[in-house]
Amino acid sequence: MSFLIGENMTGGYGAADILHSCTIAVDLGEIVVIVGPNGAGKSTAMKALFGMLDLREGSVCLNGDDITRLSPQERVRRGMGFVPQTSNIFTSMTVRENLEMGAYLRDDDYSTTMEQIFELFPILKEKSRQIAGELSGGQRQQVAVARALMMQPRVLMLDEPTAGVSPIVMDELFDRIIEIRNSGIAVLMVEQNAAQALAIADRGYVLVTGENRFTDSGEALLEDPEVRRSFLGG
Amino acid sequence: MTDFLDALVLLTNFVLVPGLAYGAQLALGALGVTLIYGILRFANFAHGDLMAFGTMVVILFTWWFQSMGVSIAPLPVALLALPIGIVAAIAMSLGTDRLVYRFYRRRKAPSVIYILTSIGVMFVMNGIVRFIIGPNDQRFTDGARFIIKAGEFKKATGLHEGLAIKLTQGVTVLVTLIVVVALFRFLHKSRTGKAMRAYSDNEDLALLSGVSPERVVFFAWVIAAALAAIAGTLYGLDKSFKPYTYFALLLPLFAAASVGGIGHPLGAVVGGFVIAFSEVTVTYAYKKFLRYLLPDSWAPDSLVQFLSTDYKFAISFIILVVVLLVRPTGIFRGNS
Repeated sequence: MSFLIGENMTGGYGAADILHSCTIAVDLGEIVVIVGPNGAGKSTAMKALFGMLDLREGSVCLNGDDITRLSPQERVRRGMGFVPQTSNIFTSMTVRENLEMGAYLRDDDYSTTMEQIFELFPILKEKSRQIAGELSGGQRQQVAVARALMMQPRVLMLDEPTAGVSPIVMDELFDRIIEIRNSGIAVLMVEQNAAQALAIADRGYVLVTGENRFTDSGEALLEDPEVRRSFLGG
Repeated sequence: MTDFLDALVLLTNFVLVPGLAYGAQLALGALGVTLIYGILRFANFAHGDLMAFGTMVVILFTWWFQSMGVSIAPLPVALLALPIGIVAAIAMSLGTDRLVYRFYRRRKAPSVIYILTSIGVMFVMNGIVRFIIGPNDQRFTDGARFIIKAGEFKKATGLHEGLAIKLTQGVTVLVTLIVVVALFRFLHKSRTGKAMRAYSDNEDLALLSGVSPERVVFFAWVIAAALAAIAGTLYGLDKSFKPYTYFALLLPLFAAASVGGIGHPLGAVVGGFVIAFSEVTVTYAYKKFLRYLLPDSWAPDSLVQFLSTDYKFAISFIILVVVLLVRPTGIFRGNS
């Protein structure tokens, strides 16, 4: 059984369901990518895993415990980190304060964690006293990821981390994400840049209208002619 | 040369000193408005009357202390009663939050509901204050009147113009300085202060980071009420206490908070001084000032007053409207 698994998730924000018996799983030390066309419910699936919408059916299990009924805050305490797609930093606070807010629930000394994060994202150490809202798009994404890492999560969930950044910055972000994976964290990503994301993914899910369409290793999905034609533009 | 100095002293006496004191009082009040806006996300119309309520408690205890012969001359006894007024204002605002606002918070009511609710709270507080202390002017200042007296200043400098600084003006500026520094230290250094800023900046992400909204709201009320009681007492000491005046302060307070950028604490402080100095400089009669500077033949016959003091609220109103039209986010880019 996977470390984090949402099984047969069915639900949505209002009366209409967006997810239809959708299953997503991720294990420690692997990158799992969710891709699919617009409106396929990719972000919704991730939010369902994080407890941000009510499931009508299905369950979410973390490390064998059923967490279906837990609030997002409670899931953060249990070791899940979530980086929203937008508004994912405190724009009026400094980079360091953003990281401190990430560690808000920690009572222990988190200075070593902060040092580790500064090693992972050296630019943030340089800019630690700068107001986060004044940083470039790529740097802001780094702050957002770093904030989530301050809780030392076992699972890191990223909702389109490369939305709106240049290809060079995207490659750099993906390199960092691989490093995070290599440290033993389970990484789950929703990505618009499907081809690039699948290239670094250990496994991928292709969702269509809230259902699992294809599930395979990243490489296999990239080579699957049907996936290529429908979702990767040829 | 002495003419020039006289002109400067005149301006200091009638514009700079009163403007500083009034600006400090507005800054403290606007800080409370901006904090509530930042955390609870509504413009609190009851803030002026919360100031009146806190001040009323201070006055009642001041009178009681005075009747027992307590004196801390040269300082006014009201400073001794101030902590009691702060506690009363905090109790009042936490009470209204528990009884009124929490209900709407749980329903996730839109902010217009909060605004209307706060108008209701305003009327209730207004009624309580008038019921207890009456609608009339109350004076409660004691201790020394002046730090610098006009006559002594003239004698010491040999100028025609005197400079008078009232003790209450000095106390106002000093207390404001201490309170503002303490507040900014709290907001920037303490864990709770940072949580409040984070919550004001990005509520969802703050919740995700584990910030408890009820705790943040609690601290916002405590601080805003303490600021209201302090601002109200300083204003009352400097001028006088009248419930209606405090209600009317709402306009300059909102203008101050908006000019600086609502939700932005530093903006509220700057905004307070901007409004105060706008009011004082526009309503001041420059006739005498110009007489000192201009040759006799140029001296103006009129008062050279841009606006009668009766219309001083028009200035706040105009500033408020212009800010909302031209730069809704204010000087420091707060929330619009």
